[in-house]
Amino acid sequence: MEKKKIRTAQSGTEKIIDSMPDMETCFDRADKMKPCPIGHEGACCKNCHMGPCRLVGKDAENTMKGVCGAKLPVVTARYFARMVAAGTACHGDHGRDMAFTLLAVAEGHAKDFQVKDVKKLYRTADILGIEFEGRPVLDVAKDVATKILEDFGRQRGEMNFIKRAPKKTQDRWKKYGIVPRGMDREIAEVMDRTTMGMDADPESILDAALRCSLANGWGGSMISTDVTDILFGTPMPVRAEASLGIFREDEVNIIVHGHEPSLAEMIVEAVSEPELIEYAKSKGAKGINLGGMCCTANEVLMRHGIATAGGFTNQEPAIMTGLIDAFTVDVQCIIPAIVDVAKKFHTKIITSSDKVKIPGAVHIPFDEHIAKDQARQIVRLAIDNYPNRTKKGSFITEKSTMVGGFSHEYIEYMQGGKYRGSFRPLNDAIIAGRVRGVVGLAGCDNPRWPSTGIHRYLATELIKNDVLIVSTGCSSAACGGAGYLTPEMALENAGPGLREVCEAIGIPPILHLGACVDNTRILTIATAMAAEGGLSDEIGGMPAVGIAPEWITEKAVSIGAYFAASGVPVIFGGESPVKASKEVTRILTEVWFERYRGAFVFEPDPEKMLATALDYIDKARAALKLKKYEPGKFTTEKVLMDMTARREMKAAKPHVGL
Amino acid sequence: MSKLIATAAIRAANKLVAQAEEMVEKAIAEKGKDFVFEFPDTAFYLPMIYAMTGFPVKTLGDMKVALGFAKELQHAEPDEKIWKPYLGEALDSGMATLFAEEIILAVRYIYGLEPCKDPETGYVYNGFITDTIQRNLGIQLVDGTMPGFAAILGAAPSDDIAVSIVRELQEKKILTFLSGQSNGDSVTKQLLRKGVELGWDSWIVPLGPDTEHTLYALDWAIRASLIFGGIKPANFKDHLKYQKDRVFAFAIALGPLDDVKWATGAGAINMGFPAVADTDVPVIHPTGVCTYEEVDTEFDHTKIVQKAIEVRGLKIIVERPDIPVAFGPAFEGERIRKEDMFIEFGGQRTPAFEWVRMREMEDIEDNKVIIVGDKWQERFAAGGKMPIGILIEAAGRKMQKDFESVIERKIHSNINEAQGVWHMGQRDQNWVRISVGAKICGFTLEHIGIIQNTLTHNRFRSIVDKVQTTIFTDEASVNKMLEEARAAYKERDKRLGSLTDESVETFYSCLLCQSFAPAHVCVISPERLGLCGAYNWLDGKAAYEIDPTGGNQPITKGELVDPRYGRYTGVDEYLKKASGGAVETLNLYTIMENPMTSCGCFECILAIIPEANGVMIVNRGFTGMTPIGMKFSTLAGTVGGGAQTPGFMGIGINFVTSKKFLFGDGGLKRLVWMPKGLKERIADEFKKRAEEAGVPNLLDMVADESICEDSEKLLEHLTSVGHPALEMPSII
Repeated sequence: MEKKKIRTAQSGTEKIIDSMPDMETCFDRADKMKPCPIGHEGACCKNCHMGPCRLVGKDAENTMKGVCGAKLPVVTARYFARMVAAGTACHGDHGRDMAFTLLAVAEGHAKDFQVKDVKKLYRTADILGIEFEGRPVLDVAKDVATKILEDFGRQRGEMNFIKRAPKKTQDRWKKYGIVPRGMDREIAEVMDRTTMGMDADPESILDAALRCSLANGWGGSMISTDVTDILFGTPMPVRAEASLGIFREDEVNIIVHGHEPSLAEMIVEAVSEPELIEYAKSKGAKGINLGGMCCTANEVLMRHGIATAGGFTNQEPAIMTGLIDAFTVDVQCIIPAIVDVAKKFHTKIITSSDKVKIPGAVHIPFDEHIAKDQARQIVRLAIDNYPNRTKKGSFITEKSTMVGGFSHEYIEYMQGGKYRGSFRPLNDAIIAGRVRGVVGLAGCDNPRWPSTGIHRYLATELIKNDVLIVSTGCSSAACGGAGYLTPEMALENAGPGLREVCEAIGIPPILHLGACVDNTRILTIATAMAAEGGLSDEIGGMPAVGIAPEWITEKAVSIGAYFAASGVPVIFGGESPVKASKEVTRILTEVWFERYRGAFVFEPDPEKMLATALDYIDKARAALKLKKYEPGKFTTEKVLMDMTARREMKAAKPHVGL
Repeated sequence: MSKLIATAAIRAANKLVAQAEEMVEKAIAEKGKDFVFEFPDTAFYLPMIYAMTGFPVKTLGDMKVALGFAKELQHAEPDEKIWKPYLGEALDSGMATLFAEEIILAVRYIYGLEPCKDPETGYVYNGFITDTIQRNLGIQLVDGTMPGFAAILGAAPSDDIAVSIVRELQEKKILTFLSGQSNGDSVTKQLLRKGVELGWDSWIVPLGPDTEHTLYALDWAIRASLIFGGIKPANFKDHLKYQKDRVFAFAIALGPLDDVKWATGAGAINMGFPAVADTDVPVIHPTGVCTYEEVDTEFDHTKIVQKAIEVRGLKIIVERPDIPVAFGPAFEGERIRKEDMFIEFGGQRTPAFEWVRMREMEDIEDNKVIIVGDKWQERFAAGGKMPIGILIEAAGRKMQKDFESVIERKIHSNINEAQGVWHMGQRDQNWVRISVGAKICGFTLEHIGIIQNTLTHNRFRSIVDKVQTTIFTDEASVNKMLEEARAAYKERDKRLGSLTDESVETFYSCLLCQSFAPAHVCVISPERLGLCGAYNWLDGKAAYEIDPTGGNQPITKGELVDPRYGRYTGVDEYLKKASGGAVETLNLYTIMENPMTSCGCFECILAIIPEANGVMIVNRGFTGMTPIGMKFSTLAGTVGGGAQTPGFMGIGINFVTSKKFLFGDGGLKRLVWMPKGLKERIADEFKKRAEEAGVPNLLDMVADESICEDSEKLLEHLTSVGHPALEMPSII
């Protein structure tokens, strides 16, 4: 008998797919649709109508040219740069939408929204140099929104948040000319530069790509994180359920899927309105059950503990449970196939962004002025659809519980409370070797592997090796669904040092930081660690690595690029999209490491991903002259202070490692 | 595991906040919300709440407001499974506990329930620690005499273990606070049963019978950053960082731990103070909140003190002489009552003296103790009284005649630090007692010599290469040497009298306090001693010879640019550098313009009274009101922390009778008010100086608390006696 192909590491998802062999999903399509071998490794140029040109063959790097004469490294660099630009555009628009919502709130047009976190507004105002003391909150909010919106159309100068990076990191950017000016300008310039007959220097193209990526990391995404916190609250730990088992047979089930939380936040409020609950009951349901998917899920999970039905590859299987009455989507990672699957069930697909329309879906374009009413409309639509449910579908019940909600602010707080919060304990733990290093585990789950499987493999191996994980996006869902985001996971599966740290604080070994835009929390955390002292004085050189083992989107490439430019080596799974060019690969790995202390590495083999990550971490430890990592050995060498030492002490000195 | 600690701390905090609220409500119902309260002798209200939040609690109503801060710090206990993080929450609860305990103790004070009295023994605990005590200890905190602080909670497994732990702490120069109980017993009771002397004099201070009383120790600690650190109230980050970096306190928990102990411990951990327990409790090893471990265990009571000291990151250097009794500054304040005394020397009962003289290297034998006197052993063994002459001879390449008096002044501490041996006075007025207990341990006269040799080496290591001590024990030889000694004293006084600011080229800085007051720099000139009263110019000079990179640095005084106000170019240059730019220029002889800054351990405060056209002085021990409407403790708050405040200045007592005292402002004649006790203390010198100033009866004209405590009455008095200040040019 032929061995059954494992589609996903999520057993619930696997069961659903197995139970409906005739239903086509992304897993089937991935089997049928092999990646184009030329495009896949960056050897295809279709930027003009003399082509598409495929630069393949023996020694293609040196011998092959497109019709225009562009050599392989140029073609590969262009391909990479355009992915960065597209990804930046996604997060840029996300940030822009959030900023416009804040402006609408400040100007009084969006009555359903408020500034929920005034402290965060003030902190952001402070960063932007906006006076806030003694001023009305909404006035400050308006100035903040206006100032932030300048970042999108700015033509010259620097984006606002660039100065939040450590000085040394900024110096590197200045030295190599990659400080972004304005979001739209950097995206436009990459598109311009990479058309036929423009920039033919791969290094120059890749510099522009990095500049564009920084407009994402220290621009669009960071704006999104901060404004979302301002509008909806800065996350604090919450418990939430995860996986496809979150749906309830006797309740109206609604899914919010996508990335932008504004509408979802309104739906969160609407589902607990007594009139709507009563309405649901009138239709025979016991209540209304809201779940999230992908990063909209992460947004409402982080702030309200709303359950997540999982990441990217769970979209179709979720509908296949037969339990979803309304499947509301906003932007990004919305696969059109959901409409086709939904047709086989009673599920209504509702699109809510004018940027995302799918024929066959109900379109309710989000308007922040009437947001709450739209949310109610969607909930009613779901309730009305509840009686249409049939017995069809796979009703699975498996689910895990997780603890999420780790914002930068809470992570600082949890290491000392209101009065003593700092990053000192984390830095100390790294210095002492309790924590070997930090890995940002991020990115999509990909149907080309047993989806979420590499996330889970790396997560368990890394924590066993005393590596603290911060997770975002679908990686959080992958690990959460596996039950890894629990404090018990640390006690049972983490290495001895990480276990002590997790036990002291009471945290899971994997900290869920939020959506994929919230990777910026990693940037600000790394900046705070640099400022705290005892490790690197810039982001580069920290024993920290980013891994996107199952990445899919152009957004992921843009994120990887801004991490590399900020000083964090990133490892991406799967075959390299720049594999065709040795020169581009060299720039991404060696040149960037030398210039920025970050790198962009593609590595398909999960075991090698792990080894590479640990190698980066151990080398960074060695370069910082930290104690060599040895599991279980982290006795701090004490420097005992006599009176002379105490007089000479101007500030606390980290006790080892310097 | 840590979750257990967090759960206990959160639970106890919630209970204590509720208890505090109930007590405050009851007190308000009975006494009204405007009922005024302050802890005894402090300028810092409820110090913990004040330092953390900046809110001054002055009334019962304020306590209710302050409880609001505690409530903001309350959290729910972590769940059994899949719990949310608890460390930050537990530390918040720790702080909420301290706020609640502070309020609980304040209400107890209102009802006269504090300080506590032990119902069985009648022993009265210390209760709240006053600002005065804090400032009195100032110099010991900074010069290494008292490098650390222990809070012992609970009771040791046996009385003997309690004694041995406390003795070890004393020998290690740690000031020990006692509070709390376990199984109905406490270290305080254990020590009382063993007859151990308790109190500030022996560095063992029982604060109260309950865990909550530990707050008094933390209230004491937090005032270090307010007083010496100059950190503003509400700047909690800096306060707690100061505590972690500079206040080397730790807890030793003896016996089982309950919720309140954990919660109070969590409060202490906020301040960077770790705890070591002798029972099998969960540990918290990761560092970062405390410098090292937060909670650790040590089951061997002979090791627990050393473990705690190391966990706090403290280095303690103990160099003890080879004598059969315990030794250390903690024993310095110990008294020997007549009934405990075995033998005494001097004190006007027998001829006696002590004298240090400089010799050439070849004249003496290092570390030798010579005892002169027929059958001295027999006479000593008989007890009672005996003459004594202590001659210490020191030689060394860097030894100078000027250092004789510096070394000689240390004889007092040297002898006193031996347990069961007591000393007071100096020169030919000295008085020594040896207790029965010390005698039983085998202490003899020889050991007095050993102490002097060892300690003189220790304290003056790079000045003194050889020390020899001779002890004279019969009347004839004592009297013979006494004559020589008196001649030397006279010559020395003459030399001191000729030491003026004009006659030397170098002044000395004193940076000792920078371990606690990082912004303050003292400038010591021959005619102006340090504001703590403990360091004069010769001390500075000797200290610099001992340790050229130490806390006392030479200042080439440079050009005298303002002879009236005492401004020197060299002093300004030095200060700019040493204060990190905080102080640009300094006038040594005035209070009105760029006066000397203060660390916080000043003996006295000078303050101008503009309406009297003069200056008042109040000393640290005086707790009454002064004519400017502020008590010493309140005034002190305006002077410390290294800031220049024209019109206010901290000084050492002996500076009052210096010719440079307020020289630029008109001198001694400006003095219009000072406490009676201080008047008596400096009367002789004052009268001499008053005569020189042409107002021989000045001291009688200066008002004191028996005459007035407000400026109106002060003016009446000054006018009626014709005080010269009223006729002087305006001080402002």
